[in-house]
Amino acid sequence: MTYQYPSHGQGQGYGQGSGQGQSYGHGYPDSPTAPVVAGWNDDRTGWDTPTAAWSTPPTRARVERPRSGEHLLDVRDLWIEFATRDGVARVVNGVSFHVDPGETLAILGESGSGKSVTAQAVLGILDTPPAVVRSGQALFSGEDLLTMTPERRRQVRGQEIAMVFQDALSALNPVYPVGWQITEALRSRRGVSKAEARRRAVEMMDLVQIPAAAQRIDDYPHQFSGGMRQRVMIAMALAMRPKVLIADEPTTALDVTVQAQIMDLLATLRAELEMALILITHDLGVVADVADRITVMYAGRVVEHADVHTLYGAPAHPYTRGLLASVPRLERRGQGLHSISGTPPNPVAIPAGCAFHPRCPYAQQMCRMTEPTLLRIGRLDRASACHFPPEALDARHA
Amino acid sequence: MARYIIRRLLQMVVTFIGTTFVVYALMFANQNDPLQALAGDRPVSDNVRQVLTEQYHLNEPFLVQYGYYMQGLLTGDLGRTLTGRPIGDVMSDAWPNTIKLALLALFFATLFGITAGLVAGLRRGSIFDNTTLALTLVVVGLPIIVLAPIAQLVFGVKLGWFPTTAGARPSLYGLILPALVLGAASTATMMRLTRASVAENVRADYVRTARAKGLSARRVVAVHVLRNSLIPVITLIGVDLGTLMAGAIVTEGVFNIPGVGSKLLLGIQTEDGPLVVGFVSVLVIVFLVTNLLVDLLYAVLDPRIRYE
Ligand SMILES: Nc1ncnc2c1ncn2[C@@H]1O[C@H](COP(=O)(O)OP(=O)(O)OP(=O)(O)O)[C@@H](O)[C@H]1O
Ligand code: SF4
Ligand SMILES: [Mg+2]
Repeated sequence: MTYQYPSHGQGQGYGQGSGQGQSYGHGYPDSPTAPVVAGWNDDRTGWDTPTAAWSTPPTRARVERPRSGEHLLDVRDLWIEFATRDGVARVVNGVSFHVDPGETLAILGESGSGKSVTAQAVLGILDTPPAVVRSGQALFSGEDLLTMTPERRRQVRGQEIAMVFQDALSALNPVYPVGWQITEALRSRRGVSKAEARRRAVEMMDLVQIPAAAQRIDDYPHQFSGGMRQRVMIAMALAMRPKVLIADEPTTALDVTVQAQIMDLLATLRAELEMALILITHDLGVVADVADRITVMYAGRVVEHADVHTLYGAPAHPYTRGLLASVPRLERRGQGLHSISGTPPNPVAIPAGCAFHPRCPYAQQMCRMTEPTLLRIGRLDRASACHFPPEALDARHA
Repeated sequence: MARYIIRRLLQMVVTFIGTTFVVYALMFANQNDPLQALAGDRPVSDNVRQVLTEQYHLNEPFLVQYGYYMQGLLTGDLGRTLTGRPIGDVMSDAWPNTIKLALLALFFATLFGITAGLVAGLRRGSIFDNTTLALTLVVVGLPIIVLAPIAQLVFGVKLGWFPTTAGARPSLYGLILPALVLGAASTATMMRLTRASVAENVRADYVRTARAKGLSARRVVAVHVLRNSLIPVITLIGVDLGTLMAGAIVTEGVFNIPGVGSKLLLGIQTEDGPLVVGFVSVLVIVFLVTNLLVDLLYAVLDPRIRYE
């Protein structure tokens, strides 16, 4: 199966004359802007040697450079539900977030808060059915991923936006050697030759610091340790040099020291490759050192987002405060750990009003009646979805 | 790996000796006068009787007889049938037909079983899935002794698509209908197994990874889903070979194919000990070797399997 990709040398805007009558949200119809082909003739060079392999003509789809004021990936008001036997599970309810190149966004939330579903919807690997994307936009460089043609979407997937999964043992195919898996997309999508692919696989394994990469290229996933396997996953995701890397709980299956190593690696690679990194986790402690901004999710909603210092120093939402209190910290040694009582709501029956109210120590009558909206607090780009501003909460607690 | 193969080969020798011994014992132990049985009503002259008794070591103890037989077998001498024909000749007539029939049956079973299983597994709950489920239930429920005459009647006699009997030197075309009949049960089981295996694998994490790489849907199915789903199906082929051999006796009888099955049947009916034991010995070898090959193939298909 071969696909015809638009050649990138002719200044021909994507979607132009495609006759699909599709709107790309921000439609810049005939703009003669120079096409940006990530990884090749753009300004993000330098993370590997520009060998013959890297200069093979790119066949990836063209992506317009984000216009000023636009984010690289901008998810807006995303609603996703599942039809289940018990009823409609509203799993993602109006989630918005964005990332820019060179930036790390952490998406934080308890198990079941809809983090993975959100990520899979953005990547386009959510099974529909059973899932239904009700509404929303996922703008990648201004182009809506959710409304583009499946074929175009497949081109973006893996090449522009890549994903690292939680359990590398099951996420890697047990019957193929790791080197083969790392370069599979390069071979099948870019027509890289076998010998070249091997060289690239070693390069990628070196990049993610797998020792003796050249000797281990033909080993199978089960022959690696958990941490090394996760590095293989990362190498595989980076093989196409994506602009956005989504890591869905990449360290949950690993032990603590290895967790830290993988986080360091991700942070290093993010900086070196100037990628946008979305780090999905339920562990606040894990992301403190690597994230720039944090979006906190609860019951499929964004309840707070802020830069990492503000979020740690002055959490606004009661849920975030609860999460923070449950992270062991040196300066509070001896005070004992606090944990949020109760369990996350069932997405089939999310409580009316503020979804968090049954577990919230600050809950008032109005919390049971009306749902709070995500409101900006003070500085730019910090918001919380609580009826009460942080000062009011502080005052009540005191 | 080499050590594993050697160990398996040694096991095969033991199994081979054991099975041939049992068959030999069953065929010879309870015959009071095989020579008379052979001659039927005609009297056997003392002269002839003596020659034959000598030739088959009939007056030696049973174990010694078996020893002589094995000795012959190992030196490539399969002996003669009670009618005096060298068993080697009978085999070289019969085996090619049966091998053709069995391979054709296996080919149809694999082709149809895996294709249908893949489609059904990818489209669970579809009309195709439900129809094939019903069909496979019918096929599995029908013993070959019923299926073969029905197929012969419908496709051979009524519709005339295929020859009703294969004849002395069966053509490949003449073997198609028998092979379809013989492979029907295997097709059904192979399809059910492929379907289950595919249905499980499409939901596997590594398939999600493959999709996340942006591979084409066709590549995801062929390179990841199907490849991994075939691992259990391969094992089934080894098991199926036994079923095919058993089924071949009936199929060859119904379609009149001069193969191993019909010769074996004949041998049993005429109590022709050397013939039966000879054929069974070769069958045992075929069976053992196939199973070894399947096990080795299994390790090739699934690198997690290591034979020590
Ligand atoms: N195929 C499905 N059918 C029905 N419900 C589903 C399906 N997939 C996910 N869900 C529901 O969606 C909700 C969110 O799931 P998701 O996997 O996004 O959670 P998460 O935040 O990633 O949690 P975790 O930390 O456990 O990975 C869960 O309540 C889950 O039950
Ligand atoms: S709105 Fe009410 S229940 Fe919800 S977090 Fe704020 S105080 Fe708690
Ligand atoms: Mg998850």
